[in-house]
Amino acid sequence: MRPAYSVILLTTLIGAAQGLFAVLFGLELAGRAGLLPAPGHGFLAMGALASLGLLGAGLVASIFHLGRPARGWRAFSQWRTSWLSREILVLPGFGIAALAYAVLHGMGATTPGGAQLVAGLLGTILALALFVCTGMIYACLPFLREWHSPLTVLNYLLLGLASGSTLAAAFSAAAEPALAVATSGCALAMTLAAFAGRAGSLVRNAGLHPPSTPQSAIGVKHARVVQVTQGFTAQAYNTREFFHGRSPGVLAGVKWGFLVLAFALPAAILVAGLGRPAAGTIALAFAIQFVGLLAERWYFFAEAKHPQNLYYQCVA
Amino acid sequence: MTQLALVIDLNVCVGCHACVTSCKEWNTSGEAGPLPDLNPYGAGTMGTFFNRVQTWEVGEFPLTETVHFPKSCLHCEEPPCVPVCPTGASYKRKEDGIVLVDYDKCIGCKYCSWACPYGARELDASQKVMKKCTLCVDRIYDAGLSEADRKPACVKACPTNARLFGDVHDPQSEVSVAIRERDGYALMPEWGTRPANQYLPRRRTGPSLP
Repeated sequence: MRPAYSVILLTTLIGAAQGLFAVLFGLELAGRAGLLPAPGHGFLAMGALASLGLLGAGLVASIFHLGRPARGWRAFSQWRTSWLSREILVLPGFGIAALAYAVLHGMGATTPGGAQLVAGLLGTILALALFVCTGMIYACLPFLREWHSPLTVLNYLLLGLASGSTLAAAFSAAAEPALAVATSGCALAMTLAAFAGRAGSLVRNAGLHPPSTPQSAIGVKHARVVQVTQGFTAQAYNTREFFHGRSPGVLAGVKWGFLVLAFALPAAILVAGLGRPAAGTIALAFAIQFVGLLAERWYFFAEAKHPQNLYYQCVA
Repeated sequence: MTQLALVIDLNVCVGCHACVTSCKEWNTSGEAGPLPDLNPYGAGTMGTFFNRVQTWEVGEFPLTETVHFPKSCLHCEEPPCVPVCPTGASYKRKEDGIVLVDYDKCIGCKYCSWACPYGARELDASQKVMKKCTLCVDRIYDAGLSEADRKPACVKACPTNARLFGDVHDPQSEVSVAIRERDGYALMPEWGTRPANQYLPRRRTGPSLP
């Protein structure tokens, strides 16, 4: 598939937003349970606003993916069958919950703690549901074998939690130092878990054999079936949308690039800073990891081989 | 239940592309607006078509056979492109099984084209909505046309009668008889899409006495 930069930005930005929100609520719960020092209202409110900012940026990016964005409201209607529709339904729900959480904590101790808990719980549930929706958009397509796996959903979840918790670690090192070690540890654990999940899908996908062949594409049973011409010399939607047009070397480079940038480097920085987490270095780790996740998402699309490409092998 | 479809006879298709040009002519002239050809006389030409004729080679030289292979939307009985549509713009008609796009509801998200294993859908680069073969739905029910003309443009254009059109759910129809008697088959059966369009295989023809 040809990676669309709008979708790459959308999924990485909202993934970090969802991950950040879930970690913030986790910190609030741990604080209330006495497991960690309680985070301040201002810290949680600012964090939720940052999450909202990322979500909004992702939403802006997504508009560029649509041919007719003004009709976007229609996408709420098919939630019974379409994971894309479900995503578009859950996304603003999460945004509203995050905004409510930010406002309730922004008002500080004047609001009842129960309301803050409800908003946080609702936001976290919707954030997790949004991971499932995003992952299922890709995992539900059976003939894109590289995506058609529970690992796709798991990786959207883990990669979002990894970048979100690294951002939370940088933020707490700057604004709530008492929580910096815990959030750094959380970011490290999530980054390693995401590495395990993504490596798992890379290994799985390396062993895939496409069920569709030139033989099944035109329905002729013979050992050698090759295309002589696709029937036209010009370009078409089919020759653009489904081919990334890069060499295997570029693909391999992006793969190793994202393994280093999204996992190895941030993990090393987080480990080195565990003794005394510094906001600047962890922010750098987040920036590196985010660039790595952009590359990861590019590779995710480029890696998927669409069976329609069997029909577009040869111009003449 | 009616399921309109095309049955394509690979035994007689000569790869002349008359169905391609006829399809383009009819569908670029209708009320849905033109099928664009961007930059037609320069570099990077790009066009939207509902139907293509491809050419394939089967076997090892010199024992090869050339197969001309027309390809358009197969109007699947289990169309994977329909349930994924977030707006309901993609739908399959109950009355005749034609898979259509409502161009006024489509937001151009391209998800349906990802969900079609055959590459049957093309985004109109000018209107920014998804387009595909309609089985000439604006023609086959037109009472203003004579009975013989109420057929898809590609079927009317074919000089070798390689394209048959009819109801594949009616066991007595021309298309059903052709599928039954001449081993009609579906493309990429491995995905369970159950294409309504089917193909008739090449036949070995030998000498025969009158």
